[in-house]
Formats: sequence, C-alpha cells, structure tokens
Amino acid sequence: MLKYLIKRIFQMIAVLFAVSLIVFFVMSFTGDPVLMIVPPTATDAQIAEARVALGLDQPLWVQYRVFLGNLLRGDLGVSYIFKRPALTLIVERMPATLELVFFSILISLAVALPCGVFAGAWPNNPLSRIIMGGSLLGISLPSFWLGILFIFYFAVEKGLLPSSGRGETATLFGIPFAFLTRDGFRHIILPAVTLAMGTLAMLIRLIRAQIMEVMRQDFIKFARAKGVSWKNLLFRHALKNALVPVVTVFGIQIGTLIAFATVTETIFAWPGMGKLLVDSINTSDRPIIVAYLMIVAAMFVFINFMVDIVYTLIDPRIDLR
Amino acid sequence: MAEYLLEVKNLKTCFELFRGTVKAVDGVDFTLKEGEILGIVGESGGGKSVTGFSLLGLIDLPGRISGGEVFFRGEDLLKKSEEEMRRIRGKEISMIFQDPMTSLNPLQTIGSQIDEMLALHTDLSSAERKQRILDLLTEVGIPNPADRINNYPHQFSGGMRQRVVIAIALAVNPRLIIADEPTTALDVTVQAQILKLMENLVHKFGSALILITHDLAVVSEMTHRVAVMYCGKIVEEGPTKDLIANPHHPYTKGLLESIPKMAGARTPRLPQISGMVPSLFDLPKGCSFAPRCSRATERCLQDVPEMRLLSPGRKAACYHPAGMAEEGEGHE
Amino acid sequence: MKNRLGNFFRSELFHNFLRNPGAVIGLVIVIFFLVMVLIGPFFTPQNPYDIGGLDLMDAYKPPMWMDGGERAFPLGTDEQGRDLLSAMVYGSRISMGIGLIVVLLSCVIGTFLGLVAGYFGGRLDSLLMRLVDVQLSFPAMLVALFIMAAFGRGFGKLVFALTIVGWVLYARTVRSSVLVEKKKEYIDAAKLIGLSPFPVIFRHVLPNILTPLIVIATIQVGTVILTEATLSYLGVGVPVTKPSLGLLVKNGYDVLFSGLWWSSVFPGMFIMLLVFGINLLGDFLRDEFNPRLK
Repeated sequence: MLKYLIKRIFQMIAVLFAVSLIVFFVMSFTGDPVLMIVPPTATDAQIAEARVALGLDQPLWVQYRVFLGNLLRGDLGVSYIFKRPALTLIVERMPATLELVFFSILISLAVALPCGVFAGAWPNNPLSRIIMGGSLLGISLPSFWLGILFIFYFAVEKGLLPSSGRGETATLFGIPFAFLTRDGFRHIILPAVTLAMGTLAMLIRLIRAQIMEVMRQDFIKFARAKGVSWKNLLFRHALKNALVPVVTVFGIQIGTLIAFATVTETIFAWPGMGKLLVDSINTSDRPIIVAYLMIVAAMFVFINFMVDIVYTLIDPRIDLR
Repeated sequence: MAEYLLEVKNLKTCFELFRGTVKAVDGVDFTLKEGEILGIVGESGGGKSVTGFSLLGLIDLPGRISGGEVFFRGEDLLKKSEEEMRRIRGKEISMIFQDPMTSLNPLQTIGSQIDEMLALHTDLSSAERKQRILDLLTEVGIPNPADRINNYPHQFSGGMRQRVVIAIALAVNPRLIIADEPTTALDVTVQAQILKLMENLVHKFGSALILITHDLAVVSEMTHRVAVMYCGKIVEEGPTKDLIANPHHPYTKGLLESIPKMAGARTPRLPQISGMVPSLFDLPKGCSFAPRCSRATERCLQDVPEMRLLSPGRKAACYHPAGMAEEGEGHE
Repeated sequence: MKNRLGNFFRSELFHNFLRNPGAVIGLVIVIFFLVMVLIGPFFTPQNPYDIGGLDLMDAYKPPMWMDGGERAFPLGTDEQGRDLLSAMVYGSRISMGIGLIVVLLSCVIGTFLGLVAGYFGGRLDSLLMRLVDVQLSFPAMLVALFIMAAFGRGFGKLVFALTIVGWVLYARTVRSSVLVEKKKEYIDAAKLIGLSPFPVIFRHVLPNILTPLIVIATIQVGTVILTEATLSYLGVGVPVTKPSLGLLVKNGYDVLFSGLWWSSVFPGMFIMLLVFGINLLGDFLRDEFNPRLK
C-alpha cells in the first residue's frame, strides 16, 4: 500500500511536470507579452529594456527554468490586467467555482442514480424509454444554449430567479459561500442546473448500461436460482457491481464539470475561476491562463488519485501494488 | 404423496429470434424419484441446459416455456406465480452452474453469499446461520472455514469456488438439485473430486440430482438413470448400466463409441459420429438424427419417431433400434 | 452490386433499423441537415456574409408568425438586418464541415498511431499510451480551450485543436485490437514462412475493428460539433466573419435582453437537433455492433 502510494505520488509529479512543459512552450508561441506590459506610448528602446528586465531576451529553456523555479515557490506571475499575483486571483475565485461544481454533482447524482437504475432494471417500461430519450437529448444539448433558455424563461420572462452574479454570500471557515444565504441560493440554482445537465444525462446512460450488463451475468442468474427477490437482486447484487466502473467515470466527470464551469460562469456572470479564465483569454492575460492551467491540472491529478483509492475500497478484486 | 418427486410432461421451451423460432426443448418427458440421480446427456446445443433452467422457470425473453407440465411433489410448477416460484428456488430445488468463476458475486464474501440462502429460506438466528455456514464449508471440504468465510470469490481457485457453489446449493436441504455441467470448467484432476463430493453429499442429504453433462463417462459413474437428448428431444432413456452396456438409439451408440477407452483393444482411429448437429433453425423433417445415422431409412426421413418401450425400463425414439434381441426391424 | 444492395435490405441490420423508430428519426434528421447544407445556399433568401446585401431597415424583425414578422425572413432577423434562417444554413455548413473534417483526421491519425504503437510495442508504444492516458485524464473541452487560447481563433487552428483532442480514442481502440491480433497463431505462421507480419496484421485488424471505429466516429461527429459550438460561443472558435451555429448563439445572446430571443434560440435548437440525430444513429449502431447485447 505504502509502496503504491509513493509510486502514485511520483507519477503525479511527473504528469504535472509534463503539463508545465507543454503549457509553457505552447504559451510562449502566443504573441509578445512585453507589448501587453509596456504602456502603448513606449518607444522601441523602452520595449527592449523591458524585455531584458523581464528576462524575455533569454533562450526559451532558460526562461522555462526560471518559470519552473518560480512555480515551485508558488509564484505564478502577476496579472497584466489586475496587476496582482495570478495565484491569488485564482484562489480567491476558487470557492465560487467549487461551490457551483459541488451543487451540480449533487443534482446529477440525485437525478441520475434513480433514473439510471430504473431504466436499467426495466428497460422495456415506457417510463424508461422517456428517460432514455431525455438523456440522449441531454447529451445533445449545448449547455450554453440551455443556460440562455433558462435566463430567458426564468429571469427575463417570469422574473422568478436571478440570471447573473452570485448574490449575497456568507462566510464559512473564513471562505465566502453563496448557498448559505437565501439570495445566494437563488442565484446558484440556474447555473448549477445548467452545468449539471450534461453530466446528469451521461450518468443516466452509463448507469443504465452498467445495470443491464450486470443483470445479464451468471451470478445474477445464480442468485435468482437461490430464490432472491427481484428487489434484492437489483439492490444487493446488481447495483454495487454496476457502480464500480461508474466511480472512475465520475472522477473524470468532476474534471469535465470544472472545465464546463468556464462556460456556465461566463453565461451567468458567476464570479468563479472559469469566468476569470475566459476573460483572461480575451484580454491575453497570460500569467492567469498559465496559473489556471497549472492549478486545474493539479486538481485533476489529485481527483484521479482519489478515484483510484475509492475504487480499491469498493472492489475487493483490485490489489494495490 | 405423489409417486414421483418430479414428473416432466411434454415440456416445450422455444426462443423467438430474428432468424426464426428455435425449439430448444421440444416435448421432453421424464420422471425422477426421491433421492434418484438422473443424468441428462447430449452434445452442446442439444437443449440440456435450457431444460434445467425451464424447470426453475428461469427462462428469459426472447425465450419462453410454450407448453407442458412440470409436476414437483404433485404440483405443477409452470402454473405457479413468480413469487411462489421464488420460494421454491433454492429451498426445494437448487441449481449448480457450469462456471464457478462467474456464478458467484465478485463483490460479496462467500460467507454472505451462503448466508443469503439461509436468511431467505430458514428462520435461523444469525449466530445459528454462522454455525451452519461453517458446517457447510467443512462439509464441502474447504480447509479453515472460519478464516475463509470473509474471503471474496477471487481469493479461491476454480475447484474451491465450485465447492462453495455446492455449499450454497445444499444449504437448506433442497429435495432436488440441478447441476448444469458442474465440472466442465474445471481441471481434470479437480473434476473427479467434485463429482465424488457431490455424489456423497447428495446421498447424505437425501436430495435427488439431475446431472446435466455432455460427458457420458461422468454419467456412467454416478447416475442411476440416463436420458439422452438430441436437438431438443429425449431420444433414449433407461437405467445407466443397461443403457451403457447396450444402447438402443444409434445416437447413444455413437456417443459411447466416441469415448476413448483406457484399457482393452485399441482401435486405430476413434470412431466418431459423422456429420454435424443440424441447425436448430431448420431441423430435418423426420428424425433429427437421420441425416447422420447409418441405420436411417426412407421412413426416418419422413416421420418423427415417438419414444417407445423397447425392453423393460428402456425407452428410445427410433424406428431401427440397435442392440435388440433379434437384430433388424423393431416391432411396432 | 445490385445483389449486395438486395442483401443489405434483407439483412438483420436493416430489419432492426426499420423497427427502431429512434434510428429512423436519427437518419432522417442527419439526411435533412446534409441536404440542407449541400443545396440550401442556393435557396436561402440572402447571403448572410455579403454585407452589401443587408439592409438596416430589415433589422430586428421577429419570426414571420409573430406581429411585425415578414415572409421574407421566416425566423426573423438580427440587429443588422441579417436573415436568421440564411445565417443558420450557412452556420450549419460550417459546423458540420468542421465536425466531418476533424473526425476524418482524428480517425486516420489515431488509427495509424494505434496500429504502429500496438505493432511495434516497446518504447514508442509506452510513450504514446502515456500520452493518451495523460490526455484522457483532462477534459477534452479544456485541452481544446487551452490550444485555442494559445493560438487564437481560426478554422485551421480549430481543426488542429479538435483533432489533437480527438485522435486518442481511436489510437486506444486500435492498439488494443492489434495486441489481441498479434497473439494469434496465423501471425506466427506468417513469420514462419518469412512474411512480414505488418501487412498481415493490417489486413486482419482493420476489417475487424471497422465496426467499432464506425460507431466511435459517428458519435464523435456530434461531440466535435458540440465542442466547436462551445469554443465558438466562448469567442475562441471560428472567426467572426464566418459564424458557425455556436457563434450565432453567442451573437444572439448579446441581444437577448433587447428582446431578440429568436436569434439565440433557433441556432441553438439547430445544434441540438443535429447532434441529437447523430446520437440517435450512433446509439443504434453501437447496440447493433455490440455482440454482447445480442
């Protein structure tokens, strides 16, 4: 177990190292950051001076070494626009994004589990067909468009729910959260449902397919030959076996939710790190883009690690080595 | 009390597929007394397994039981509701599957898989059940049962898993056990042990046993009676010793001749049944075996032979049975 | 040829297709879109890219069934007087074009790399598969977003980014099939008689994996169209002068609050309908080609 953990941690570091390399070199192809920093009135001489001062006249690999050194010290550069450390800017906005993702996960699970299990256990029931048709529609639907429909209907037409911002927040452990206040909670509903839709639809389909696959297996037939009731067959025998692969996919889905939060946050003007990324892309604020990618990569690597751990807890066949 | 423990009359199970309807079991009759061991033999695809599953009502769509009666202790199982059948499965009739690697739930300890059976069909307290599980595991020859009870199936070898499956099947003293190729998936050395174990335990528990297998050698060693199946029909039936010594149906004869002999005169080449099992989608018009049969005549290609008594206790469905007192045309 | 066609119409695939309303609807939708993008531009009332053809007098027209709507602009116009339906026909053309090109490129590149990795094994294989693993642990959308953020918007860049994201699935599928095939005896036989096994594997692997590849590719066309739409919506996809359906939605959203709901609702509906049709078809193919479900 310990050996496995050490191995995994080394793997995680290797992946992050590779990501830093790719991010750095790809980003270095984009425009000239010096022009972003110097005032528009700067002369050629001033630009050249700034270039030397920033170390941008050095060969790429030297620049990378400096970048990596700063990265390890937690210094991800200063935003060109905000003139504040990129890391701070992202960390400030992280709770808003995580809050949104968390609620989306809750919504997807609460809907996908019962729907998926039902559709898998009674595939020929008319309700199952409706669920499956709906879920196919759900994965075919552009999430930004769904967000627009929500805004148009619930905010513009009916005026039931707010369409932008995070509303009031209350602090918990020194971190501001919106869902703690009534106003904030009303603000989170539309973006969370919008963000959840894709994952929700995909999970329904996955859970259904898994249940159907497991129900075909020999040990289910053997359990039937033991006289196990249909209900126990489903919940005691099939469900756990069906959910083992779902856990892996779920880990990837958390990553996807964080990625798609960029879209949802942009539509609903939710002040999270995803919106910050999109804004920074539009203003070519390179330090923030790089910082975002590194932080998110670290989060994904960590999530994958956690998924592997959870996996071994629910499946006795997997031996950590 | 009925005369027989199990009496199957004209059982028919078919599968409706795109290419047509397959009559996997086509009018099967047989009987079984308390404590009796019956072998059902035939090539794969002959309808043996489907027969076994039909008895328990475990046929799923696109298959269905399309006719017949299955009297168990005088009551017709085919008329029972799913709920009533559920109480019979496991408790009265239990089943042993072919592949022990796939018939146990991989995420449940073997202890809890045996316990499930006891909890379903007995009123034992949990402490009593635990004791019973330990007894059962000892009975089927699993060493250190107290240590193994919390192990998962993947921690057992194939033979050991099949022992666990047997323990589950025997857990609540069923009157009848259906074993579907219980040793086919196992190593040859383990096969004999498992068969011996089953034979002993069936005697000890007083259960009847239906042993479904393609292996006549297995049948000859432990069954009292044998039914030979070909293309969904029983073509010959009788006491094991008699039937093996003197098979009447050419198919049985062919099966027996294709078993390699350990001792005695060695034939230069093992005889085999010529031709192939016909496709179940279009069976020949007359006797299903006729196209492969050396004794077939014009009549065999036209009419389907019925099962008939050929000698005391011996039935076969053949117009030209072999091994009769006066060789030649059988009497009508 | 005629005979083959006859066989197809008598086949189980065709039979099941007719009995599956979802699959039929899917095919109808896909054919509808294909016909529309191929011949639609000859029939649209306007060329939406021809700025000279636009008249500001036509701006802010609602769909024709609403008050103030005109027959000439069935789905209404935007703030520049551009006919929405025409823009959607041209936009579908761009969305579908990108989808098909990306899938074709991903499939060819992924299949080739998968074959090579599986066949030669060793360092090359482990390097490629590491790359696949790492990439699959990041959401496709984010990788594409990153590439677009770095290189800026444009068709070529978009196709490049989406192909980078797309090839991994094919590579992985093909590689595992090659590994299975490599173990078979005929490969040993080929080696024994001095044949180079690579063409032999090629000839055996490709036909065998054709069906899963078709399924993956079909579904991927939908995924690519959605990802493209999302990127364009975020402003890092297609150029402003050639709006795809996703960019049309974004342009419509900018005027949503001035009441022009149609200019974001209808293009989005087109995306959904198109992807839904593709997914219906993909679902059917997957179920048909999955032997375990039979």
